[in-house]
Amino acid sequence: MARITPGQAYGFFTDTSVCIGCKACEVACKEWNELPGNEPVFGDGYDNTGSLDAQNWRHVQFIDNVPDETSGTGQGKAWLMMSDVCKHCQHASCMEVCPTGAIIRTEFDSVFIQPDVCNGCRNCIAACPYDVIAQDEHKGVAQKCTLCYDRLQGDMEPACAKACPTESIQFGPVEELQRAARQRVSDLHDQGVTEARLYGEDDSIYGGLNAFFLLMDEPEAYKLPNEQNAVLPRRNNVPGYLGTLGTAVLAVLGGLIALRRRREPTPATSSGTTPPDPEAGDE
Amino acid sequence: MLLAEEVQHFVRSPDWTWFILFYFFFAGISGGAYAIAALFRLRGEPSDEHAARLGHYVSFAALLPCPVMLVLDLGSPLRFWHMMWNTTPGEAGFNFKYWSPMSVGVWALLVFGAFATVSFIQALVRDGRIRLSLVRRPVKLLDGVLGELVVAIGAVFGLFVAGYTGVLLSVSNQPVWSDTWALGGLFLASGMTASAALLLLLLRHRRSAEPSAAKLIVSERLYALLELALIVIFLLTLIPADAVGTVFGFPWILLWLVVFAGLLPGVGGLLASRLAVTGEGVPVPLQSASAVRSLAMPALVLLGVLALRAAVIFSIQ
Ligand code: SF4
Ligand code: SF4
Repeated sequence: MARITPGQAYGFFTDTSVCIGCKACEVACKEWNELPGNEPVFGDGYDNTGSLDAQNWRHVQFIDNVPDETSGTGQGKAWLMMSDVCKHCQHASCMEVCPTGAIIRTEFDSVFIQPDVCNGCRNCIAACPYDVIAQDEHKGVAQKCTLCYDRLQGDMEPACAKACPTESIQFGPVEELQRAARQRVSDLHDQGVTEARLYGEDDSIYGGLNAFFLLMDEPEAYKLPNEQNAVLPRRNNVPGYLGTLGTAVLAVLGGLIALRRRREPTPATSSGTTPPDPEAGDE
Repeated sequence: MLLAEEVQHFVRSPDWTWFILFYFFFAGISGGAYAIAALFRLRGEPSDEHAARLGHYVSFAALLPCPVMLVLDLGSPLRFWHMMWNTTPGEAGFNFKYWSPMSVGVWALLVFGAFATVSFIQALVRDGRIRLSLVRRPVKLLDGVLGELVVAIGAVFGLFVAGYTGVLLSVSNQPVWSDTWALGGLFLASGMTASAALLLLLLRHRRSAEPSAAKLIVSERLYALLELALIVIFLLTLIPADAVGTVFGFPWILLWLVVFAGLLPGVGGLLASRLAVTGEGVPVPLQSASAVRSLAMPALVLLGVLALRAAVIFSIQ
């Protein structure tokens, strides 16, 4: 590959149709980024990583989708495997809400959390629609995939892409990846694999994902919001504040009604012995 | 297999728990009490001044735990000031993102804190608890129009602080929180209810403020009604997102029962007397209520307000 140059947009094209679920990407990521291993989790599937979090910046999802009838060979239908990762969204929900400015867009157009700026408020966790970010319990800051920022600066491709044996994870300039992806999906369609589709390669999802995917099923099968549900947190600002404003107006009105309602003296209860106002003398 | 829902949420919860719950609670009381105090001072009778001062004491006292809760909740508490000052190399400067309620809220809390402190000191001076002329002299400046202006602006910030926390939850991609626009109003209304109830509770210890008791009782009833209306709106806004069960289902319904119990004194009182609605009305004699009642009722209201926030915060995490 040509030199990795700042100023250009880089990303991943993750082609799930060739993923074999070997988890080489997870391991390579952990090694390079010195992320501790978690206790394995055992659910009802073959996935023992669980989810993306502060220590898992790549996560191979195993989606048990065994059909009732045998399908043709090589169609990747029975098991869907997908190496999930931060999408490095063009319109990034995490970046939008971060109050400290810790989340920046780097010279490689990736979304990066500066560990020395983040103060662990976790607003980004509430915002990321892909369940990518989590707080590191030891460092107290939010963590996620950095697109191997340090490797890119040293002209090396990210560790996961380097390790992937099937080229399910491809790294490169986003535009080149988009071309390759469109070619790949049309090849698959020509071979009769009509369920193949791209997710995030155009600007319909969050203005475009720098790390986008070729999927073998609906996005929601992979826990990815579809186009209609890919919405930004800030959509709720105006309605939320308007609702608050309306309530504030009613609350003030209510207070005024309560103050205004009568002029009769209160019965003996107030006992009429208001202590002298200490200030009275000053006036 | 996972199926597409009406509204899809694949987010992780931010683990905002106890600190945030109590921050929301105290912020609601601090802002609400300031607003009530402002109403008493600006639109009340001269005898309401004592209740206004009480409101400013409560507002200040409730404000104190707020920054503590917020800082302790951070993963890196010593970096709390990063909220205000951007430490990104080459980007140093103030942080203010009007589209991020957490960012706006930090500044609003700071500004409101200044108003609450000034009004607190003013109340101390007026009560004769501060006799230092160094303090008394500048506070004297607040006796006229300037003082009214300060209280009015402070009240606006107070209302904001009491309500923005709901908007903060909504500006996310969390289920329930981001499916409604009613949380800001709901937190504000319940903050007002809680403030009125707390002031009523404390009135017993400040006899000079008792002439305002009837007005506070009516306020509390109206705020409780407003809160009830917002709970209904909140519930209605969740229907299209198919999220009603998440927040109102078992076990959270138990918390909601506490919420409704807390609304009983207010809404029940309104129904029973209707005096607030007719506008003419009978005065509410304070001592007709037994000591237990006048202690237990406001306490129940406060508990309800806490339960409301707990149900909203914990049900989705
Ligand atoms: S996937 Fe989540 S963490 Fe990654 S850039 Fe998008 S919003 Fe941020
Ligand atoms: S946890 Fe860190 S990165 Fe996330 S929003 Fe807060 S300051 Fe920003």
